[in-house]
Amino acid sequence: MTETNNDEKLLDKKFTRRQMLKMTGAGAAGIAIGASGMGGILKAFGKDVFLDDDHSATNKVNFYGKHQSGIATAVQTNIYFASLNVLVKSKAELQELFKMWTPLAVRMMNGETIGVEYKNGILPPKDTGEAKGLDARNLSITFGVGPSLFEIKELGLSSLKPAELKDLPHFPKDQLEEAYTGGDICIQACADDPQVAFHAVRNLIRAASGKVSLKWSQAGFNSFPIENGKKQTPRNLFAFKDGTENPNSSSESDMNKVVWVQSGDSKPWMTGGTYLVVRRIQLHLETWDRTALKEQENTFGRHRDSGAPLGKKKEFDAMDIERKDENGNYIVPETSHVFLAKKAKARIMRRSYSYSSGIVDATGAYDAGLVFISFQKNPEQFIKIQNHLGRLDKLNEYITHRGSGVFACFPGIKKGSYIGEALFNTL
Amino acid sequence: MKVKSLAAILLAGSVVLTGCNSSDTAKKDASKTKTEDTTGAKSSAVLQKEVNAYKDFALEQLDKFTIETEKFVKAVKSGDVAKAKEIYPTARMYYERSEPIAERFGDLDPRIDARLADLKAEGQGEEDWTGYHKIEYGLWKENTTKGYEKVADKLLADAKELRARVETVEVTPDLMMTGAVDLLNEVSTSKITGEEEIFSHTDLYDFKANVEGAEKIFTTLEPQIKNKDPKLANDLTEKFKAVNDLLAKYETKDGGYVLYTKLTKEDTKALAEAVNHLGEPLSQMGIIME
Repeated sequence: MTETNNDEKLLDKKFTRRQMLKMTGAGAAGIAIGASGMGGILKAFGKDVFLDDDHSATNKVNFYGKHQSGIATAVQTNIYFASLNVLVKSKAELQELFKMWTPLAVRMMNGETIGVEYKNGILPPKDTGEAKGLDARNLSITFGVGPSLFEIKELGLSSLKPAELKDLPHFPKDQLEEAYTGGDICIQACADDPQVAFHAVRNLIRAASGKVSLKWSQAGFNSFPIENGKKQTPRNLFAFKDGTENPNSSSESDMNKVVWVQSGDSKPWMTGGTYLVVRRIQLHLETWDRTALKEQENTFGRHRDSGAPLGKKKEFDAMDIERKDENGNYIVPETSHVFLAKKAKARIMRRSYSYSSGIVDATGAYDAGLVFISFQKNPEQFIKIQNHLGRLDKLNEYITHRGSGVFACFPGIKKGSYIGEALFNTL
Repeated sequence: MKVKSLAAILLAGSVVLTGCNSSDTAKKDASKTKTEDTTGAKSSAVLQKEVNAYKDFALEQLDKFTIETEKFVKAVKSGDVAKAKEIYPTARMYYERSEPIAERFGDLDPRIDARLADLKAEGQGEEDWTGYHKIEYGLWKENTTKGYEKVADKLLADAKELRARVETVEVTPDLMMTGAVDLLNEVSTSKITGEEEIFSHTDLYDFKANVEGAEKIFTTLEPQIKNKDPKLANDLTEKFKAVNDLLAKYETKDGGYVLYTKLTKEDTKALAEAVNHLGEPLSQMGIIME
């Protein structure tokens, strides 16, 4: 870890361009070197200070930007989600932790290992190595902090806690288990490869040994049918398409409305950030599989195969829940998942994955379901929808919410800065 | 005992000592290796002071191990179940502290320290079982020493042979650093699960001794580590303290430890995490060779 420490020291100094030129011995001849070239120069000197996104890397998602990766990023096929508790006892140590993680995340998102290996065979390798030979696989890493972090007295963060960052209220039919609930920090690693996603979390946690402990984690997967060369909406384990009504992630104005915290919405350090809600939802596959197709479709309010709203033909046809048949009955049943969700008149950005984790001890049933993840500028958006679903949602018969978490995801990271800098700068 | 494949044990046994069993020949071998060492003196100039200090520590531990084993064997042979049960956990601590060196002998380690489960994994049966854990079975499971007299004699002979042969071990910085991490790995994989002392449930004694063994290696190398990476040295001091403080919660009035069966799931999780948080920086000690 010595190298990382050097990086931090250099980062802290924020030295000027003049100092840099002096240091690299570039002198007048070096004036033409742009800011982006400096990282390379320092790299040649064995320092990785201005470690940057490597745009020449294959299947690469950018780390630096206005917003964190893994939110508006096109959904990947795999997730490894980890919820951590912090063991550090001071603000300074917590800040150090995020500084230390920054270059590691950049490197892994470039498809590189986390550090240059030792020559000495007596030391364990720096990088755990299982992602070697794989490219970046569109790895994205998203960091967030949970409400409990602000309640740790020694950290002195309580005055910075956004009012909307609090544990979700109890919803009807919740059966939350402590082993899948809460956490001080979350790391969401998504990639088009399960091993790359796992490797990212594993190495971040290992590098933070003694500073964090893993509270819970969940791996998940998604599959995308391709039609006419275009990725289609993935299906959940109930075979229904999930995520059809999402905001358009490439439209900044749509994302600003639904996902990104705007200046004045929250604590200043959250501007450009968002709130992540995670729910570990067990889907009772056994009961679902013996449910008649018509009943399954009435449960969701959509046709299973096409994903179209009931009574319509295509997935993206307008839902229009007020439609009635000739007898005056709603075509999309009032107790269906979609009907109730729509009535809530709130929007969220869903980015869910399926999971399958062996069997439930007590019943022998599959422990499989949905790692539901949504992003919204205020957790209230999710709460509103969930409350609307309430006891009425027909889907409740087939699912149980077993895990839950809400995390404030920092805004994007500027080059030369580090994860969560805005939070620490306000101190 | 460290779980090794049968092939590895056989191989190690034959490499170290070609099929010799008595301590007499062992001593001969010991003196031979010693002369080779002084004439050879190649890479061992590195950290020679530390290496010697550590070897002295291991020898002293194994001296005491032999003495305590002798007392234990005496109790077993005189049919004193209570006395044998009393000596059992503390006598073993000397072995557990010096395990990086003691377990260098692939044939002796299983003879002294094998659990029945280890033998079964090797395709062997109860008839091949000897050593401390076999007597542990008699003491706690059958509450007797009867029928274990021969096992006790063999245990003492093996302990003495180990002490004699240990002189031949070439201690290197590599062995020390790998050994420290191995000691903690043992804690993580078998002590914290209660699998080491499955009948007596005295796992926390082994736990403590393994940690002490690793700590000894750290303190021996500490000045070197301080030179190279003072942050790492501080971190290690802190993490050893955290584990020791946690263990102290389970000390009994007589200076021993509560039985493993008294620990809750939360207790073992906290202990396991503290050990892992120590193991990671401990594995970085090799930085002094960089």
